[in-house]
Amino acid sequence: MSARTEARPLDERSSERTAVTTPRTGAAVRALLRKELLVELRTLESVPGMALFAVTTFVVFHFALNRNSVEGDLAAGILWVTLLFAAILGVNRLFVADADQGGFDGFLLAPVNRSAMLFAKVLTLLAYLAVLELVAVPAFALLLLGSSLGRALPDLVAVLALADLGVAVIGTLVAALAVHTRARDLLGALLALPLLVPVVIGGARATAPLFSPTHVTAPAARWLLTLGLYDLVFGLIAYALFDFLLED
Amino acid sequence: MPALQVEGLARHYGEREALAGVSLSLNDGQTLVVFGPNGAGKSTLLRVLATLLRPHAGNVRVLGSRLPEQAWAVRGRIGLLAHEPLLYRELTARENLCYHARLHGVSETRVDELLGAVAMADRACEPLRTLSRGMVQRVAVARAVLHDPELLLLDEPYANLDPAAVDLVEPLIGAGSGRTRVICSHDPSGGLAEADRVLGLRAGQAALARAAADVGPDAIAELYR
Repeated sequence: MSARTEARPLDERSSERTAVTTPRTGAAVRALLRKELLVELRTLESVPGMALFAVTTFVVFHFALNRNSVEGDLAAGILWVTLLFAAILGVNRLFVADADQGGFDGFLLAPVNRSAMLFAKVLTLLAYLAVLELVAVPAFALLLLGSSLGRALPDLVAVLALADLGVAVIGTLVAALAVHTRARDLLGALLALPLLVPVVIGGARATAPLFSPTHVTAPAARWLLTLGLYDLVFGLIAYALFDFLLED
Repeated sequence: MPALQVEGLARHYGEREALAGVSLSLNDGQTLVVFGPNGAGKSTLLRVLATLLRPHAGNVRVLGSRLPEQAWAVRGRIGLLAHEPLLYRELTARENLCYHARLHGVSETRVDELLGAVAMADRACEPLRTLSRGMVQRVAVARAVLHDPELLLLDEPYANLDPAAVDLVEPLIGAGSGRTRVICSHDPSGGLAEADRVLGLRAGQAALARAAADVGPDAIAELYR
């Protein structure tokens, strides 16, 4: 039976259509973020691996350094290098479900601002890092830190928040760049590490005074400023470039 | 103005030409069926029309908008049913459809309506990875028409579907849906029955472009020799 039809003008069907409103960027970000967190909760592919890596690394440092405790620069260095490598594990997995299961195409077919995916992925990575640090920082204090964490905690949270934003923005940018390549796990790490070195330096320098035995000084303002500026610069770069990374 | 107007479309992947000099025209409400052997460029053509790939040469107008410059204007008016279902395996059918509904600004009532239409309401809360391929294809059909698109791009839409499932999805993506459709098919008799116009691709070039009334099964079979 033939299903051939007569041609109709383009606007004839408009009155019959399902009610569709152009979604705002905020609504798209919420939809994407919800999807990201649901997928991670179901698969547990990123966060548990990141946390386990960090705790294992602290255990290795604990025995390899053959010291009961570390302080100051050394403590800050160990914490930040460990967090950096743990973060890379999350960065490498950030777009895998989208690339492997057609999520990019599904998103690109929707009439939403492409930056919604950037915002959602940055927020996702921030959530992963927050959970990582909820596990890693107490483990670090227990296994390695000589001084008490209690008094340093408010300042440490501020430094972690600034550094996490930089890691999340740069991680998202790099992951979007690497995910379409065959060597995405290697390329993601190779691209991210040099770009994240300033974040680690800023984080470690800002944190070192907090881990001194006396904890007499607050984090140096210039390192907090450096972290904030770095976040801003890469935030703008990511916003400018992200659309091009998604499109053909 | 035609719903689709393509002149001299070319697209390549590196050195390899996937499409070269393809031209076609399709009026609103009509169905174009694209035939051709594997690797002929059918899926690439659909992806260009869906705004997912940029044309490297030629003029492409979809629903009156020129691609790729005005791609933003037609996204949301196109429904794509590709080889991949564009759904997340770890999410349930309902979660997947709600996610796409939010991206398209469609209410969740429409999600429930479509889950019922493809007879997936009972399995709507199971992760997609636990469903059969036919069931996933039914959910993919629901996703493709969720936002009531004017143009449907269908790549072998009945793959993995049993006859009962074909009957279920027919009102959504069949001729009765009233949508403009581009269908990639390997089934000469079924494809010709659906078609208003036929495009035959071979090695990325249009070997056949006619009204369906002027094409017989032998001409389609010739494309595959």
